[in-house]
Amino acid sequence: MLCQECQEREATLHFTKIINGEKTEFHICDVCAKERGDYTPGSNSFSIHQLLSGLLDTAGQQKPSREIGAQQRAEKQCPSCGMTYRQFAEIGRFGCADCYESFDEKLDPVLRRIHGGNAQHTGKVPKRKGKDLHVYKQIEDLKQKLQQLIAEEEFEAAATTRDEIRSLEHSLKGKGGESS
Amino acid sequence: MTLHSFIQNATSPWMKNEGPDSDIVISSRVRLARNLEGITFPIIANEEELSPVPEKVEAHFAGHSHKRFGELSLIKMNDLTDNEKRILVEKHLISPNLSGKSKAGAVLLSEDESLSVMVNEEDHFRIQCLLPGFQLQEGLKYANDMDDWMEEKLDFAYDQRRGYLTSCPTNVGTGLRSSVMMHLPALVMTNQLNRILPAINQLGLVVRGIYGEGSEALGNLFQLSNQTTLGESESEIVEDLRSVVSQLVERERAAREQLLTQSTNIVEDRIYRSLGILSYSRRMESKEAMQRLSDIRLGIDTGIIKGIDAKILNELMVLTQPGFLQHYAGEALTAEQRDQRRATLIRERLTLEEHDGGVE
Ligand SMILES: [Zn+2]
Ligand SMILES: [Zn+2]
Repeated sequence: MLCQECQEREATLHFTKIINGEKTEFHICDVCAKERGDYTPGSNSFSIHQLLSGLLDTAGQQKPSREIGAQQRAEKQCPSCGMTYRQFAEIGRFGCADCYESFDEKLDPVLRRIHGGNAQHTGKVPKRKGKDLHVYKQIEDLKQKLQQLIAEEEFEAAATTRDEIRSLEHSLKGKGGESS
Repeated sequence: MTLHSFIQNATSPWMKNEGPDSDIVISSRVRLARNLEGITFPIIANEEELSPVPEKVEAHFAGHSHKRFGELSLIKMNDLTDNEKRILVEKHLISPNLSGKSKAGAVLLSEDESLSVMVNEEDHFRIQCLLPGFQLQEGLKYANDMDDWMEEKLDFAYDQRRGYLTSCPTNVGTGLRSSVMMHLPALVMTNQLNRILPAINQLGLVVRGIYGEGSEALGNLFQLSNQTTLGESESEIVEDLRSVVSQLVERERAAREQLLTQSTNIVEDRIYRSLGILSYSRRMESKEAMQRLSDIRLGIDTGIIKGIDAKILNELMVLTQPGFLQHYAGEALTAEQRDQRRATLIRERLTLEEHDGGVE
């Protein structure tokens, strides 16, 4: 594929900008990228944040849209820290851990772009909290099972399952008290 | 204070040890980014919101002894002078970012300074283990131990799907940045590095000059680190970097070999010229100092220069930085004065070597 800037050299950098939920693809060669200052091979002054704010840009300068849907999406706000998606896109940083949840629907493509196609953690699970996560998952599963048992009117099995859930929840509470 | 004792006090104790492959790999570093649940990230939090973070560190870890790192102490940014902060930056113990904004900022340090935990930098915690030579796996193990130890007392922001949640989306997941600092003079001299670097980038690794993003590689020193933190396990990330570094080590050795057999006279001339200039100059800019010291180090590693300790590069790299020069002088210095002091310090250091036959 030829570089879209010079139409001469082979494009070596490919990235996607997302503007108001619309994807625009960019294909540039090393020389043009260097001139643009986004990327300098070798010296590696390639600034991830420059690229990031490009990726995350939803300010919609290129498209003064009056669509309410697009506006709302751009104004999506984290209820915990008050950061808007627009602010996040500008500074390339989350304001708090809950931002991941708040902006979740938009994150997969962004994370994939940054992390070589990956958006899901496969590494370390914290020991203490990891155990809890495991228990939460178990409780979740049991609650689903309980719903089903009740629907099927298997009340005896449902009672056993309910007790299991209670004891697991109890074990979590015990831990919570200990650590605070 | 004698220069000898100044060096003893100024350089980190871990720098005295030689690590594996330390003719080429200066140091290995592993960093883990962690945040506390329920507290806004430092980038937007105010001082009041952030103050519980160093308080927790003080309560649970400062003054306590860790099985690998010994007793740990907490240093608060607000208790330091600008020059003291600068020195911590020059020793790579804290980032310029942390020294710049002291909003509840602090650092938890081990006695030998191989472990530091930056508090309220971009994330609430940046656990960093710095080791001499090529010791990435060890670095990961120790940083991991420290993480486990901290996690016994603290609730880190963690999500099953995204892993450790960090302020910057480039750190989420493992929060792991592993890096090595390499001295690659022969690959630079033979113009091979320019060809190798794009390939390294392709592998998802980043190469930078020694003071991080945006700075140029002074003295043929390069820092290689992983770029992505999501989708691979910690040990996979470190292994990817380790294998590229070990290939670079081999290539640098081969290039040195080639230089010495094919251009002995040219290489010797260059190394001795640098030794001469460093031994007699009265003014020395930091950029030139780094380049000349790189030559000296190459001379030592290839056996052309004898009787000078290989640690001279690591030491002088740190000692000739502005913060240390001012610390040694005991006063603020202009750029002009620093160039003079730098030349003097290097001359003294080289003479010290001649008389002592090595600083131990
Ligand atoms: Zn082009
Ligand atoms: Zn938030």
